[in-house]
Amino acid sequence: MQWETVIGLEIHAQLSTKTKIFSAASTAYGAEPNTQACAVDLGLPGVLPVLNQEAVRMAVKFGMAIEAEVSDYSVFARKNYFYPDLPKGYQISQMDHPIVGVGHLDIEVNGQTKRIGVTRAHLEEDAGKSLHESFHGSTGVDLNRAGTPLLEIVSEPDMRSAKEAVAYMRKIHELVQYLDISDGNMQEGSFRCDVNISLRPKGQEEFGTRAELKNINSFKFVEKAIFTEVERQKEILEAGGSIVQETRLYDPDKDETRSMRSKEEANDYRYFPDPDLLPVYISPELRAEVKADLPELPEAKKQRFVTDYQLEAEAANNLASSRPLADYFENLVKTSSCEAKICSNWVCVELSGALNKENLTISQSPIDFTRLAQLLQRIADNTISGKIAKQVFEAMWSSTDSADAIIEAQGLKQITDSGAIEAIIDKIITDNPAQVEQYLSGKDKVFGFFVGQTMKASQGKANPAEVNKILQGKLKR
Amino acid sequence: MSLTTDDVNKIAYLARLGINTEDTESYTADLSNMLNLVAQMSSVDTDNVAPMAHPLDTIQRLRPDQVTESNQRDNFQAIAPQVEEGLYLVPKVLD
Amino acid sequence: MTIHTKTLKQLSQGLQTGEYSSQELTQAYLNRIQQHSTLNSFITVTETQAIAAAKQADALLAAGNAPLLTGIPMAHKDIFCTQGIKTSCGSKMLDNFIAPYNATVVDKFNTAGMISLGKLNMDEFAMGSSNETSFYGSALNPWADSTVPGGSSGGSAAAVAARLIPAATGTDTGGSIRQPAAFCGITGLKPTYGRVSRYGMIAYASSLDQGGPMAQTAEDAALMLQAMAGFDAKDSTSAQQDVPDYSANLNDSLKGLKIGLPKEFFDEGLNSEMATTIETAINEYKKMGAEIVEVSMPHLKLAIPAYYVIAPAECSANLQRMDGVRFGHRCTDPEDLNDLYIRSRGEGFGTEVKRRILVGTYALSAGYYDAYYIKAQKIRRLISEDFAKALETVDVIMGPVTPTPAFGIGEKTADPIEMYLADIYTIAINLAGLPAMSVPAGFIDNKPVGLQIIGNYFAEAKLLNVAHQYQQVTNWHQQTPKGFE
Repeated sequence: MQWETVIGLEIHAQLSTKTKIFSAASTAYGAEPNTQACAVDLGLPGVLPVLNQEAVRMAVKFGMAIEAEVSDYSVFARKNYFYPDLPKGYQISQMDHPIVGVGHLDIEVNGQTKRIGVTRAHLEEDAGKSLHESFHGSTGVDLNRAGTPLLEIVSEPDMRSAKEAVAYMRKIHELVQYLDISDGNMQEGSFRCDVNISLRPKGQEEFGTRAELKNINSFKFVEKAIFTEVERQKEILEAGGSIVQETRLYDPDKDETRSMRSKEEANDYRYFPDPDLLPVYISPELRAEVKADLPELPEAKKQRFVTDYQLEAEAANNLASSRPLADYFENLVKTSSCEAKICSNWVCVELSGALNKENLTISQSPIDFTRLAQLLQRIADNTISGKIAKQVFEAMWSSTDSADAIIEAQGLKQITDSGAIEAIIDKIITDNPAQVEQYLSGKDKVFGFFVGQTMKASQGKANPAEVNKILQGKLKR
Repeated sequence: MSLTTDDVNKIAYLARLGINTEDTESYTADLSNMLNLVAQMSSVDTDNVAPMAHPLDTIQRLRPDQVTESNQRDNFQAIAPQVEEGLYLVPKVLD
Repeated sequence: MTIHTKTLKQLSQGLQTGEYSSQELTQAYLNRIQQHSTLNSFITVTETQAIAAAKQADALLAAGNAPLLTGIPMAHKDIFCTQGIKTSCGSKMLDNFIAPYNATVVDKFNTAGMISLGKLNMDEFAMGSSNETSFYGSALNPWADSTVPGGSSGGSAAAVAARLIPAATGTDTGGSIRQPAAFCGITGLKPTYGRVSRYGMIAYASSLDQGGPMAQTAEDAALMLQAMAGFDAKDSTSAQQDVPDYSANLNDSLKGLKIGLPKEFFDEGLNSEMATTIETAINEYKKMGAEIVEVSMPHLKLAIPAYYVIAPAECSANLQRMDGVRFGHRCTDPEDLNDLYIRSRGEGFGTEVKRRILVGTYALSAGYYDAYYIKAQKIRRLISEDFAKALETVDVIMGPVTPTPAFGIGEKTADPIEMYLADIYTIAINLAGLPAMSVPAGFIDNKPVGLQIIGNYFAEAKLLNVAHQYQQVTNWHQQTPKGFE
């Protein structure tokens, strides 16, 4: 039987606020255990939550970016369960009235655009962390993360392959960073995802029973986990079995998913409106403020790059995918007064390549746009050739020297003095009479030989245009 | 509305509330009585009534995003039953 | 000297004029607490801290410009967190809980200069109407050892009635200030929901809980409320409303005051002697020029059912933080995580608390939420609308606080429902979030009776005025129980 995979994602993005969602304790990552857990985060008796306005703004911003309904009125609810990393015995989340309603996002897979529905996005507090190592058979609990604001973004079951799921997850990842509402740091757990997967016979409309894979924090694992889970479900279904609706854990070491029954038992969260918090009202003023603050979104930026800079769609897409990268590019264009296409090439090929090799982000680049601009300027004004520029770029990467300083120190300046070039060419013509003969007898290709020899003799510094011009004069047929 | 001891045991587990076996019967009776009391609510039609969660019809006040809390771990952990290296200890959690 | 019968106002004058020092006063009250320890009104007496604070108060008084309440003793219901001092909430669960911070109310009284002598007995987690659910045993009613002081703020009421302290804090979720005030013959005020900060006040039912003063007179209650009330940024449900001068209008004339009497307050459930006592009190108001209007609260009888869904539902979640992990009682040698939770909570909580947690958990569980919780919230609105409608036509609503005077110890413990039903006149007010007072209005068989005065939102000053005027023409509030004169 042919099976169709149906996937929905619940993405948890930690919001990059300074303080917790309901307390004024810091959200900074990596502090000593429990040093950033205040009385509210610890759920001590008598303490009360007060909502962080920045978390609300960020959620509204996200809602606007996916063209979602952002309702005037939203409500926080308590989700009740016992777990050591959940100090109050309930998580403050949202149920009936989430801050962000129905929206959508377009993804591209195999050159095709597909629209993925976003059911809702709601604010909630993160839990702490249980450390299972050591402590003589006990588990240690660190509540620093408890109360960190999360935006849970729930998609429609609109994805039909691992590829689509990853594309959607990447797009959301890109977007939250774009909006500057999450650092998207997956190693630190700032961005993680639950995947709902079910299979159905191709052509059937009704969904199959789904399994939920919890807490996956890399694109690669999402893809692998889906493959593995799809295979597992297919095997069961083809053997005539049925899928149990349950929460499963993906184990990347064994590349398998396994049931988390321990978390399943008596799963009755008893949601009800949190009486310590009042309904949140999104005023027209707040909306206007957030809207004014909304950056140009990737799609719009891409279009603009194509129209304004005449970039190829692929390059435009590439640059627009990250706000710092796009900013770098635009700053480079402005500062260098070079052709945009050349700038785009340098950013996408040389710079991105070098960054990838060392696993750096654009903001960690050792060459900022002003230094790169000078280098490109030197290509434009014929001080160096494009080829030499790559050599200069490498030198700049490992030093703080300017392009000019490196060109000067290494004597890489292009020879534009026609006298000097002429002298080199004269010598080459004298040394290679056979080739001169061939050329003059009509073998055009031999011209390239003379150019090559000239460049070689000048150690690449001769201005290629000048070389061409002089050679053409000397080898007149 | 009358509950069984089984119902009560299930609720007690959901609430992680230890109840002595010999008391289960009396809790079951008490709870059933309470639910009977509560059942009086059905005597009034509330179809067109909006639920009231709060006595005051106001909206949530928002707090500026500024850190004002500082590390008070020692202070807070002085009252904790079991801590080590700054962590709260609980019996091993199996995932 | 017999200073213990003095009101806050009188004590303040004595201190400001140097008639006695705060240290003398503090010591005198500490001695009384010691002398009447069998009343069991205190869970913790903080003698050392009180004496140190009194010294500071004396210095302030000597320097002049000390705030009005400087140097006057008081005590807090043990539901308010007090930094460095055990805050038990009447429970074994928190018997070892030394709060690492102060409740806002505690800070406010410290700022006002009052001297806290300790922490007062209460029903466990404020769940109870008799003080009998306290882990520390019931406080006794100073009017009759064999009767309960009421609850949950029973220790506060008993201590003020016995003049072991001139005033105290209490909290009221379904009548927990007003009912013990009535049973013990003192003046108690439950403010409008949101008027007094709930920060650091251990939550029972968050949408109903409200702290308030318990004192001998309305005049004193005004001074206490002045110190307690006000906006608190740490409590999202705190009202951003200016605090008026609660003493300014105490002497306003009641001529033309419209008093609503809900007929449902005077039906067959009310003891006939109670009815007579309340009618007598109403007659005093008539004499002062007040006008009586009959009003109706058609949904009043549903207040108890709705309350016993909403309060348990909220408390079931509120008490989930009591899990033996970060503070409070932890069982010995837990086998595994669930055993830790189940035994710590099973051992830490008493029977009444468990009942309410169970009912609340059930009411919120899958399949029952709409039938119980949502239904109760809808009824809450109906009740609130009944009050709103009545308060459109009258200035205050009056009636009894309780259907009977204080009942006997153990009399109602066997049947929790009977205990719940006795809160019929107080609970509806919490559901609506309105302010209400209990004022001493007479005695039946030497047991005090309370008159309830209910006002509109934030009309505390009006209530205090109405109560004060009554206390100008009656002396019920000045009666001291035998043995405590």
